[in-house]
Amino acid sequence: MIRVFFEYDFLTYSLYTGLMIGFLAPFIGVFLVVRRLALISDALSHITLSGIAFSLLLGKYYPLFSGLNPMYMGMVFSVGGAVIIERLRNIYRYYKELAIPIILSAGIGIGVVFISLADGFNTDLFQYLFGSVVAIREKDFMMISAITAIVFIMIVLFYKEWFFLSFDEEQASVSGIPKKPLHFLFMVMAALVIAASMKIVGILLVSSLMTLPVAAAMRWARGFKQMFVYSVLFGELSVVAGLVSSFHLDVSPGGMIVMINVVILVASIFLTKKTY
Amino acid sequence: MNHHARSTAVEIKNLSFSYGKRNVLHDIHLKIAAGSFLALVGPNGSGKSTLIKCILGLLPPVTGTITLFGQPVEKFHDWNAVGFVSQKANSFNTGFPATVFEVVSMGLYGKIGLFRFLTRRHKEKIKEAIQQVGMEEYMHQNIGELSGGQQQRVFIARALVSDPKLLILDEPTVGVDAKSVSNFYSMLKKLNREHGMTLLLVTHDIGAVSEYITDVACLNKCLHFHGDTEEFENKKDEMMSAIYGHNVHVIKHNHDHEHHEHEHDHDRSRFR
Repeated sequence: MIRVFFEYDFLTYSLYTGLMIGFLAPFIGVFLVVRRLALISDALSHITLSGIAFSLLLGKYYPLFSGLNPMYMGMVFSVGGAVIIERLRNIYRYYKELAIPIILSAGIGIGVVFISLADGFNTDLFQYLFGSVVAIREKDFMMISAITAIVFIMIVLFYKEWFFLSFDEEQASVSGIPKKPLHFLFMVMAALVIAASMKIVGILLVSSLMTLPVAAAMRWARGFKQMFVYSVLFGELSVVAGLVSSFHLDVSPGGMIVMINVVILVASIFLTKKTY
Repeated sequence: MNHHARSTAVEIKNLSFSYGKRNVLHDIHLKIAAGSFLALVGPNGSGKSTLIKCILGLLPPVTGTITLFGQPVEKFHDWNAVGFVSQKANSFNTGFPATVFEVVSMGLYGKIGLFRFLTRRHKEKIKEAIQQVGMEEYMHQNIGELSGGQQQRVFIARALVSDPKLLILDEPTVGVDAKSVSNFYSMLKKLNREHGMTLLLVTHDIGAVSEYITDVACLNKCLHFHGDTEEFENKKDEMMSAIYGHNVHVIKHNHDHEHHEHEHDHDRSRFR
């Protein structure tokens, strides 16, 4: 079943890319979930959509931009959205979660307007929304490899600081950990991962790959390090199974990946006894 | 300890703080000698936690200065010398997937610094701190699986692991059962007497800590009392006995006229 993925270049790329995403998204997701920011991935993926729509719109009117990979503009919007979320969380200090619906609805609103201006939905856009096995090109593969390397190095370097900040922000500040720059850096990493993941899982489903494997891991893990091990394990399992099955069933990989994640999650809930 | 006995751990001069227009702290003067065990008492909303946050540099004072070990708090960098144990309920998510070992290791992160990792020596240190609070059997359990008292011991271990010179505890025994509380205070006393650690304990109930502490400060927006046990014994024994029902050693500050209000505060704090 999986052999066909090595017979065609584009499938090989999508498999490798999928493996990277299956690693990256749950990895960043662990921090998001324990900081109770799971929904931020939704907000950022929607703002990524407006970036992609903006890029498609630019490409329509200015041929100069038509060669540009819309992912770049998606990334710019996503990082910008992350910055605005951090600011909004400071502005609404007592209602921090408000930042998420604000950015989420702004993202989809702007996106829809741009899409209408750029001639409405087409297959390209459908791929961005729900992911595609065949949409990965060598350029995407290279870019996602670079993002994987950057994010992984950052997490290794700042693991202990992000861990401490997630557990107890106040104590972390007291012990001299630079809270603001590290939060900012983390949000940028999350934005990059979301933009990178959308080709495979699709914008609307990115958050599932960042949260469902983590939710399942929470049932099994003893300690924070194990959270990463289980999350990545479940993430990879869902991506590989999702990609292969979606290719053979001719459906969007995003949907299959989510369904497999749900199965893993339900199984984890029933197979473990934890009550917290 | 002898060497440090006369030096000052914390010195607060003319400190005021307000949240917006609400004045929370007014004209506070407080000096904590190194090696002392100070109980900071006061009713709810008296500004205790705010004062602690100012000392920790988390809140900038409106007026006045705070010095830690002779350095102004804004310029103070040696935060490893200061351990802090907060009210557990406020700052801690019980479901967090971290083991006791991992939680205690956080106490070293500031000391280790950016771009560096835990070494074998750090790990030994973490184990020692866990042993010091008697939690070694639970080292690899998730923090959420422990009882309230056990969790609080873990947080003490986290504060101790960096060998602080000053340990600040903000109502650490809230939600901890009575037996664990007295064990807990005995442990603090040991840290103070045997290791010469300076302790600042925020508490509601001075009666429970009277036998462990060396100094008392009473706060309700203003500092109403501040002094050491001996001096107080000469002058204020009777009054405090009347308030608490047993001997608590507090001396008066230089605010003679405020005794009345102080009595009243204690009443409220005890029968809150």
